[in-house]
Amino acid sequence: MTATREGASFASGTATDPAMAPHGMTLTLRIWRQKGPADKGRMVTYQVEDISPDMSFLEMLDVLNEKLILADDDPVVFDHDCREGICGSCGLMINGTAHGRGTSGGPTTTCQLHMRKFKDGDTIDIEPWRATAFPVIKDLSVDRGALDRIIQSGGYISAPTGTAPEAHSILVPKKDSDAAFDAATCIGCGACVAACPNASSMLFTAAKVSHLGLFPQGQPERNERVVNMIAQQDLEGFGGCTNIGECSAACPKGISMENISRLNHDLLGALRAGARPKS
Amino acid sequence: MAVSGIILVLYLIAHMIGNLKVFAGRESFNGYSEWIRTIGEPAVPAQTTLTIIRIVLLVAVIAHIWAAIALWRQAKRARPNGYVTKKAVAQSYASRTMRWGGVIVGLFVIYHILDLTMGVANPEGPSGTPYDRLVAGFSNPLITAVYVIALILLGMHLRHGIWSATQTLGQSNKRREKTVNLFALVFSVVLIGGFLIVPFSVLFGLVG
Repeated sequence: MTATREGASFASGTATDPAMAPHGMTLTLRIWRQKGPADKGRMVTYQVEDISPDMSFLEMLDVLNEKLILADDDPVVFDHDCREGICGSCGLMINGTAHGRGTSGGPTTTCQLHMRKFKDGDTIDIEPWRATAFPVIKDLSVDRGALDRIIQSGGYISAPTGTAPEAHSILVPKKDSDAAFDAATCIGCGACVAACPNASSMLFTAAKVSHLGLFPQGQPERNERVVNMIAQQDLEGFGGCTNIGECSAACPKGISMENISRLNHDLLGALRAGARPKS
Repeated sequence: MAVSGIILVLYLIAHMIGNLKVFAGRESFNGYSEWIRTIGEPAVPAQTTLTIIRIVLLVAVIAHIWAAIALWRQAKRARPNGYVTKKAVAQSYASRTMRWGGVIVGLFVIYHILDLTMGVANPEGPSGTPYDRLVAGFSNPLITAVYVIALILLGMHLRHGIWSATQTLGQSNKRREKTVNLFALVFSVVLIGGFLIVPFSVLFGLVG
């Protein structure tokens, strides 16, 4: 019976056809709007209709922005680039968790969070990462240059340029290369800072220190690296780590807390060896 | 934070074991209290060892509070304007209550010293023996309740503190993480259980 009715309406193809009518989700969005760094900012409520469960979270925001543009309103600014979960550009606080980790059921980036995780009629709170070190540029877009400056302070190795050396000339134990690779999956999105109750960037810094410190090529600068990166992290105005673990839970790449322990191990060793921050 | 915490935990272990002397009777408990004050005699004057212990503890407590305030202030500066909506994904109740729980435990320690060490806040008063003060205090359900609440908070403080100290001193890794957390939990339960057994024994008339 049902099949007959559906078949009939499909054949009729009228405007009242249930198959053609909007069938997606209707959502209420409460979005942080802030005109610029000096603006105080506020939550503004919007409605979006006909959201497909197959859309990504950012596509849902695209739908909202198209609606706003058509209404001559200012579209909501948010950062995004690859939309494949690998560049680290996107990052929103969704219903109080970084990248919507509380909704996703697993590690994710905002672009890889799909609307099927939400229900019709849901209200979704969307905020930017909040930290002194991440000043808001506009709306949901923040300046994460502080993370770049931490990298500049020590997240590198010095290597001669020219022909690439034979890859097998320096052996790396499998265990170390695996652990270094796990740390190197950090995409620098800043979710660790956003999720941390202390707004600490410890997991980010620890991932970089671990990634380079586990390799033979990272040894010459190992002591200077950790003290300089920690000094820069403090200088940027990040909070201190109290090992709560929100960072690792929010991390789209699942960077583990062991990296923080490894950083602390390196830091204590470096301080004992007399390493001091550059400035 | 970690080093001062370890010193305080070591003291707590000794304190808990010493408390259990109460089950050996009034003379044994009072004798133990007397012994603490006379360790090293006659080579050193009375109270020397105790004074040294007290100075070490005081320094550790001050360092612990100083580091905690520094971290607290740094966190406030790092995010002066909080989120409109913020939900925890991983944090435990223990880690969430480190700061205010720590403040409450600190206030409790002051009360505890006034109550059982100095006796001024004790129903028996400063003139009684340590054993009398203990029994007089814990016979009052209200005083016992204060101790129970403070000790449970202290247990949670240690549960997160032991794990956090292991991380801070760089001694944790993925393989050890489970063991460290399990140890922190078991240690806290055993230690706090050892402390709690004394007031409950007095309250239920097993010691008196």
